[in-house]
Amino acid sequence: MSKALIQYICTVADNNLILGQRLGELCGHGPNIETDIALTNIGLDLFGQVRSYFQYAAKLEGGNSSEDTFAFLRKENEYKNVLLVEQPNTDFAYTILRQFLYDVYHIRFMEHLQQSNDETLAAIAAKGVKEVAYHARFSADWVRRLGDGTKESHRRAQQALDDLYTYTDELFHHNESELNLVNEGIAVNTAQFKSDYYQTIHAVFSEATLQVPDQKYFLKGGKKGIHSEHMGYILTEMQYMQRTYPNMQW
Amino acid sequence: MKDWPLWEVFIRSKNGLEHRHCGSLHAADAQMALENARDVYTRRSEGVSIWVVPSAMITASQPEESAELFDPAADKAYRHPTFYVLPDELKHM
Repeated sequence: MSKALIQYICTVADNNLILGQRLGELCGHGPNIETDIALTNIGLDLFGQVRSYFQYAAKLEGGNSSEDTFAFLRKENEYKNVLLVEQPNTDFAYTILRQFLYDVYHIRFMEHLQQSNDETLAAIAAKGVKEVAYHARFSADWVRRLGDGTKESHRRAQQALDDLYTYTDELFHHNESELNLVNEGIAVNTAQFKSDYYQTIHAVFSEATLQVPDQKYFLKGGKKGIHSEHMGYILTEMQYMQRTYPNMQW
Repeated sequence: MKDWPLWEVFIRSKNGLEHRHCGSLHAADAQMALENARDVYTRRSEGVSIWVVPSAMITASQPEESAELFDPAADKAYRHPTFYVLPDELKHM
């Protein structure tokens, strides 16, 4: 039971961890100072939630584990984030579209996690739900602005959507550790808001004058620990300090 | 992005207090100005309400006019309520 729960916590937290790391890469490189701060703020919100998740996981696991061992000392196939969040910051449109596709999922996920039978997870969700509501508002506004902006911003936003849409279906997959927990009312049954998710993003794309890709096949793997080639580079950078100076503290 | 207009930001730090000018920022539209203000000026819980105003909409007095605008008030001490004797119980006047 405890092992499955720890797995589930990683499945949930790793999405935030890797997306936060991607946003952190942009610190000092945003298109202007206001947007730079906004994206970094979002990254920090995500890391804050990750800390709560991993502190809980470390408590369940016991021994020498800590939030840091979960964040920094696992192997690539032990990270269970979806492929969407590890996609690179190709340009600002990619960064925004990736964020939007995740935020619309994330807000619904957090709303449901608040009802979890696991009190700690419910409390983490209750605390984080307002942060995520703002993320979703920020990214949706930018999708509209880029899509319905200039010819160039429209072209880039459409390109980002065409490339990233294939990763959306995986958000709604359940790995084995999740299924039992869904039945126990601990994990969120994401299937129940899948159609709402697609309706919402399609409505925003329509306002943004973006075409929804005609997608027949969707990519998946991250939730099973099978990642894209980007993941190794992310982990190399993210884990460097703990690997080079084991047990270092700030 | 360089030609985005400038906006002035006013933050109310607590309910009951007035909005105070706290700085300016660049944004393409009012909605973006509001969100930028939220991210730049309220991240350490400085506020409960934000106003953003296009800087171009503000008409300012010029420094060279300050003599005619402000100096005449300098020698009119009778406009200050300093000639009343206040009871001791009255605070914060």
